[in-house]
Amino acid sequence: MSVVKQDRRKERVDRGIKVRTDGVYAVSSWAEITYLLLPRMVLILGLLLAPVVLTAFPYWQRVLSHICVYALLAIGFDFLANFVGLVSLGGGLYIGVGAYIAALLNSHYGLPPYVTVPVATLAGAGLCTVILLPCLPLRGVYFAIVSLMFPLLAPRIIEALDIFGGTDGIVGLDGFPSGWVEQYLMIGCVLIAVFALRRMVTEDVGLVFRGVKDNDQAVKASGIDITTYKALGVFIAAVLGCLAGACLAHIYMWAGISQFGLDYSIIPIAATVVGGGGTLIGAVIGCVILVPISELLRDFGTLRIAVYALILTGFIVYKSEGIMTYVTRKYEQFERWVEI
Amino acid sequence: MSGEPLLRVEGVSKAFGGVLALSAVDLDVHTGDIVGIIGPNGSGKTTLVNAITGFIKVDHGRVSFKGHDITNWKPHKIADMGLTRTFQVMRPYYSLPAFKNLIVPLFSRRARRTGGWRGGGKMGSRDTVAVDILEEIGFERDSYVPYKVASSLPTGYLKRLELARCLALRPEVVICDEVFSGLSMSEMASMVPLIEKLQMEGITLIMVEHRLRELFRLANRVVVLNFGCKIAEGTAEEVMAYKEVKEAYFGSEEVLTYV
Ligand SMILES: Nc1ncnc2c1ncn2[C@@H]1O[C@H](COP(=O)(O)OP(=O)(O)OP(=O)(O)O)[C@@H](O)[C@H]1O
Ligand SMILES: [Mg+2]
Repeated sequence: MSVVKQDRRKERVDRGIKVRTDGVYAVSSWAEITYLLLPRMVLILGLLLAPVVLTAFPYWQRVLSHICVYALLAIGFDFLANFVGLVSLGGGLYIGVGAYIAALLNSHYGLPPYVTVPVATLAGAGLCTVILLPCLPLRGVYFAIVSLMFPLLAPRIIEALDIFGGTDGIVGLDGFPSGWVEQYLMIGCVLIAVFALRRMVTEDVGLVFRGVKDNDQAVKASGIDITTYKALGVFIAAVLGCLAGACLAHIYMWAGISQFGLDYSIIPIAATVVGGGGTLIGAVIGCVILVPISELLRDFGTLRIAVYALILTGFIVYKSEGIMTYVTRKYEQFERWVEI
Repeated sequence: MSGEPLLRVEGVSKAFGGVLALSAVDLDVHTGDIVGIIGPNGSGKTTLVNAITGFIKVDHGRVSFKGHDITNWKPHKIADMGLTRTFQVMRPYYSLPAFKNLIVPLFSRRARRTGGWRGGGKMGSRDTVAVDILEEIGFERDSYVPYKVASSLPTGYLKRLELARCLALRPEVVICDEVFSGLSMSEMASMVPLIEKLQMEGITLIMVEHRLRELFRLANRVVVLNFGCKIAEGTAEEVMAYKEVKEAYFGSEEVLTYV
């Protein structure tokens, strides 16, 4: 057997579509249109049908909202890490800031969720960007460490100064009108975020972002301020995170210091690794897999982290490209053995 | 040469740890000049380019461009004023096709203001403008080189791509850090007229070079650096007459005959 294997090798052949260059498609038949749209439809319809399918399981509907919260964070993480070159562990900061702003607006000024969520999203993203602005010249792991410092620091400050309700948090917020509104709001945001960002990274501005990541000197020499684009990247990620945080506050009708939690900084990375970095959709898929596992393991307490570590190690060792990259390859090419 | 120089460098010094990479260098560049900068390896040429274009902060001295003091400005602001540079170690976006490399400079504020290259005011699609610029600078459109991925291009094209990045900003000054080195004889033969064309179009050039034969044909003034000091300045013949230059720069007779 092994002798036979030696004079064969795996060949990869593009399939399905006749003309396919990077992102430019020449579509000529229904079969090809279907071929192109099918994966997108699976994702869109899958997410849109999920709340209906889960009607009998309210607990899992809530988990679905959680998946969306993490998915928004993970999309932002993937975008920042793989298109702007900033590895940000600031997920907890975005969620906390978004949640607290929404909570304050709701409890102090009596504003309804359809006002607090957009305001908290934009104002929170602005605030997070300003907070992270001094760290933007840092690279790689240094930026990661400093960005993790803020979500660790914020709860201590709130505790020490006993502001914003201190350790009790801000309670008694308005919820969303119904579970359906909550579910479809979150799902809509995730779908819009993932497809809008996928579009943006292929536009000219996406090339500037990639330049900032791979070749910042050349970008500077082109008369473009890299700090502006890094800040813009952080703002985009923070918009997604603060949106998720504001929604979270209204879902639980509560904002508290646990919303600066470590999970919000860590799970997005794990999801991006599992799903496939640099694809944005992979980040969503990663959350769809990891968040329910995390829920199932809730009884095990902190042992969850150990299971996470195992899953991550497994992926890094056996499928370091991530699910999305792997599946895309299988979908677009078929492999066959050829004699050498 | 009269009137206010376009670019003026006054007493610029820069030390890296104990190494004095530049010590009190002066340089005046007037509109339309091609100024050559030569000197042995490690004499501070690239450091001078970095100091002028803001890629390093200088310790002492002053750089002014079009009457503005631009000392220690950020590189992107200096490029935005029209003072651009190429990199000795080329920095293309290797994973992108050649013409996509120009999208980033064409996205800059300056390119939007100036219309990029000769577009004049309103720019067309950036892709079209990018291919036009590349064709202008010797990427034959018919042979599909503008569409080839940068990592597959030979040095000659990558050097041109460096120049193209500057041209996309419609610069007033281009500082070329060794655009001739690493080129084959035929690539060089087509690069020289290209530089002459840029000068004809009103671009002021500063050329850091080791290839003296080509440089001396182009430059109307040459500056010699050694150990971070300016040791000579003048026309090619004047500079070559300096005793210090012969000693410091050429050392062996072979190089002299090559020149
Ligand atoms: N970033 C840096 N850190 C420390 N030392 C540096 C740095 N850049 C340059 N130097 C030192 O400064 C001196 C001048 O270097 P520079 O690169 O300017 O020389 P050059 O004239 O461009 O040489 P070449 O002809 O080889 O390109 C060298 O001794 C070099 O080692
Ligand atoms: Mg040099």
